[in-house]
Amino acid sequence: MEFGFSKEHALLKQMYREFAENEVKPLAAEVDEMERFPVETVEKMVKAGFMGIPFPKKYGGEGGDNLGYAMAVEELSRVCGTTGVIVSAHTSLGAHPIFEFGTEEQKEKFLVPLAKGEKLGAFGLTEPNAGTDAAGQQTTAVLDGDEYVLNGSKIFITNAGYAHTYIIMAMTDKKAGTRGISAFIVDADTPGFSVGPKEKKLGIRGSATCELIFENCRIPKENILGKEGIGFKVAMKTLDGGRIGIAAQALGIAQGALDETIHYVKERKQFGRSIANFQNTQFQLADMAAKIESARLLVYKAAYNKDKGLSYSYEAAMAKLVAAETAMEVTTKAVQLHGGYGYTREYPVERMMRDAKITEIYEGTSEVQRMVISAALLK
Amino acid sequence: MNLADYKGVLVYIEQRDGEIQKVSLELLGKGKELAEKLGEKLSAVVLGHNIKALANELIYHGAEKVITVDHEVLKNFTNEPYTKALTAVINNEKPAIVLVGATSIGRDVAPRVSARIHTGLTADCTSLDIDDETRNLMMTRPAFGGNIMATIICPDHRPQMSTVRPGVMLKLERNTSNTGDVIDFDADLNALDLNVEVLEIVKEDHKKVNIEDAKVLVSAGRGIGSKENMSPLYDLADELKGEVSGSRAVIDNAWLDKDRQVGQTGKTVRPDLYFACGISGAIQHIAGMEESELIIAINKNPDAPIFEVADLGIVGDVAKVLPLLTEELKKSKKEQ
Amino acid sequence: MNIVVCIKQVPDTTEVKLDPKTGTLIREGVPSIINPDDKSGLEAALQLKDKHGAHVTVITMGPLQADAALREALAMGADRAILLTDRAFAGADTWATSSAIAGALKKIDFDLVIAGRQAIDGDTAQVGPQIAEHLQLPSVTYVEDVQLDTDSVIVKRAFEDGYHKIKVKTPCLITTLKEMNESRYMRVSGIYDAFADDKVEIWTVNDIEVNPENLGLKGSPTKVKKSFTKGAKTAGKVFEVDSKEAAKIIMDKLKEKYII
Repeated sequence: MEFGFSKEHALLKQMYREFAENEVKPLAAEVDEMERFPVETVEKMVKAGFMGIPFPKKYGGEGGDNLGYAMAVEELSRVCGTTGVIVSAHTSLGAHPIFEFGTEEQKEKFLVPLAKGEKLGAFGLTEPNAGTDAAGQQTTAVLDGDEYVLNGSKIFITNAGYAHTYIIMAMTDKKAGTRGISAFIVDADTPGFSVGPKEKKLGIRGSATCELIFENCRIPKENILGKEGIGFKVAMKTLDGGRIGIAAQALGIAQGALDETIHYVKERKQFGRSIANFQNTQFQLADMAAKIESARLLVYKAAYNKDKGLSYSYEAAMAKLVAAETAMEVTTKAVQLHGGYGYTREYPVERMMRDAKITEIYEGTSEVQRMVISAALLK
Repeated sequence: MNLADYKGVLVYIEQRDGEIQKVSLELLGKGKELAEKLGEKLSAVVLGHNIKALANELIYHGAEKVITVDHEVLKNFTNEPYTKALTAVINNEKPAIVLVGATSIGRDVAPRVSARIHTGLTADCTSLDIDDETRNLMMTRPAFGGNIMATIICPDHRPQMSTVRPGVMLKLERNTSNTGDVIDFDADLNALDLNVEVLEIVKEDHKKVNIEDAKVLVSAGRGIGSKENMSPLYDLADELKGEVSGSRAVIDNAWLDKDRQVGQTGKTVRPDLYFACGISGAIQHIAGMEESELIIAINKNPDAPIFEVADLGIVGDVAKVLPLLTEELKKSKKEQ
Repeated sequence: MNIVVCIKQVPDTTEVKLDPKTGTLIREGVPSIINPDDKSGLEAALQLKDKHGAHVTVITMGPLQADAALREALAMGADRAILLTDRAFAGADTWATSSAIAGALKKIDFDLVIAGRQAIDGDTAQVGPQIAEHLQLPSVTYVEDVQLDTDSVIVKRAFEDGYHKIKVKTPCLITTLKEMNESRYMRVSGIYDAFADDKVEIWTVNDIEVNPENLGLKGSPTKVKKSFTKGAKTAGKVFEVDSKEAAKIIMDKLKEKYII
């Protein structure tokens, strides 16, 4: 068991931190205020290789690993939750399914541009009537000659409207329950596919979250991932990996809130001394730090397991559960320790608190994570 | 190299377009002091084209001997002809000490000369002195980004070479009754010594500065009162070649543009000098400037929190203090 | 086209603080970085690589830990990295340092040598020009732009009030300013690739062409007699005086701190 970073990971962390501080942090408040998708940051991230970290070079990736990818999402999220999820959704949800389930032709055609960052990816599973009950898919895909015809809609899709490549779950056999769901690669240019307006959200306001609408949308039958009926498995496996990304996002948000708070309490003076001198402040900070460190170990362990080819569904669920709840708790405490100033947009902690909330909900609510964990325990 | 053969102080006089640079006159002042301590002579060397007329001015500022090297190949500064000429003069004169202004030219030619001669060079000295026992030159300079000072000696090589920053030493009073020798030196220069080609010479105005890059910031707070009251700050900033910045209140009142805001929601700055004028020192502002090297605060309120982070605090009226300060600065410049 | 970039690993002196009690430098925890002027020189070389396919070698003289700076340079896109390390080099002033580096450069094929104008710890700006002198190369300092031309480079040499556009035949040496560009980030794949064992070549005094009398403390014409800190920042004084007196007090402070 080795707990230290390898030289590569230590240098990666240094680069991620520098990039986040110099390129991402200065825009974070404006991205949130204006609900703006930071296109210029994505361009810079493409140049530095952020968009294909865990994919092999032969598929246009950086030849890195899941630990390096998780750390990237963590460091980006530490200064901007929006930027972190852009990378996470693109990598784990948009690109990874093709890597794990695609044919060589599909990888060449779709994965390479995604891993290189030439194209942005997204993933559509959630529907108006299918959230936690993901199996209740109503979008349909009917085989007609050489094409599948998609009809239906998806909601709350991250990176929607900016993505070029979407992984879409749809029913190919309504009678077969979860075994009737299939996974498809849909190109944004496909006629019959459109993106609805952006959702107005509590947090990660710069992240583009929209509805996807399929109206007799015809896609080549070669675009099916694997074969008919394995779509639910594709979705579940994809979400396992996505959980590592979101756990890393939550971890980063929590760390950012703690760092800001430590800086603030040293400077803020009340009753003739800085509030860092009061034991309540000190104890709060200690609790926050210990919880963040526990979450960190879970996130890195889940990534480590995935890198080693070990099973990681259980570890990823635990990481996401703990990291998300930690993020919510730490950011709330952070606002409290900032007092009145923390409630204003002059300080970043209120944004961090708003950003933290979604990590308890998307890519499997905390309740779902508890289901996964307890199912493993009670096998 | 027999150390005993080397005597006297030689000052490299930098001229640009026929104008003697102030730092060179300052070095003549210091050079005189060092020469007197050693009981030896002070000489000056000037390189260029059609510069012989500069010799008298150098004598009026303390040089006992002026060596001119006048050649067409020295018309524009380029490294090799200047290095060759200065090396030739030094080898001929054999001074114990050579002083060069630490300008972008001095810091270009001095290293190559010292390497060509195989002697020691100490850069950016802020003080120079003669050691009583050894008669060696003691060269003190900042290092480590200015966080420490080091005293350097060059005990076994001659000349002891040193570059000195402008504005550190004092020039002597100009005395037109001074006399001295003027020698025109042939450094055996020719057109082949020019190993680079100067294609274009471009003079540029002071470029627009981002407050994060400014070395000096004069910053306004609500206490300034109005946009009209900002002018003493601009005057001071101009005098110190700095920029004007402000707290959030000033930007909210539109006395300054947003890109000049210092603070939590503005920029974080770390200039060498930060004037906090009429700024109370609320925590959001302090966060943006507390790393400044030297903080001077002026505020009417003796209890303003800004005084807790300032290195120097003045309880007073910005409108009165700043103009007087700017006056003093102008006076001091003229005296130099 | 072969470019050699000389870099130095330095402590980030902007992060160095004085211990308020003892007045001494706190060196622990200060991160080591590639010297900013050098990093911009490396970026300039990498831009020439992007544009013209130049081969970029980075070399540094330092202790074994300077390896980290070379790995960063490789991760940014450098093709070859050399660590010049030997106890014989220790205690070197700029003459001895430049002698050692020139000794190494004599073993490398190059058209252009790039060095940063000055390091943020030594602050001398001497090593670059002195390397050029040892190698008898034409040199241009304070470069803020470099373009390739046939058998030469065309540079912008910055002066306090403008610049000169200068053409220099290769091989030659230039020293670069950090203001000339924004250096690129290390690439993720570059970082994963940078740590292969054989990526950094270790050269000692036996691998270079130099007179050993010119090396190390013994070979240094200048010697440090003593070093000291300027003293811890004392708490600021507050004066409640008339405006004329106030202006005078401020003037004194500015003079004390060498601002004027």
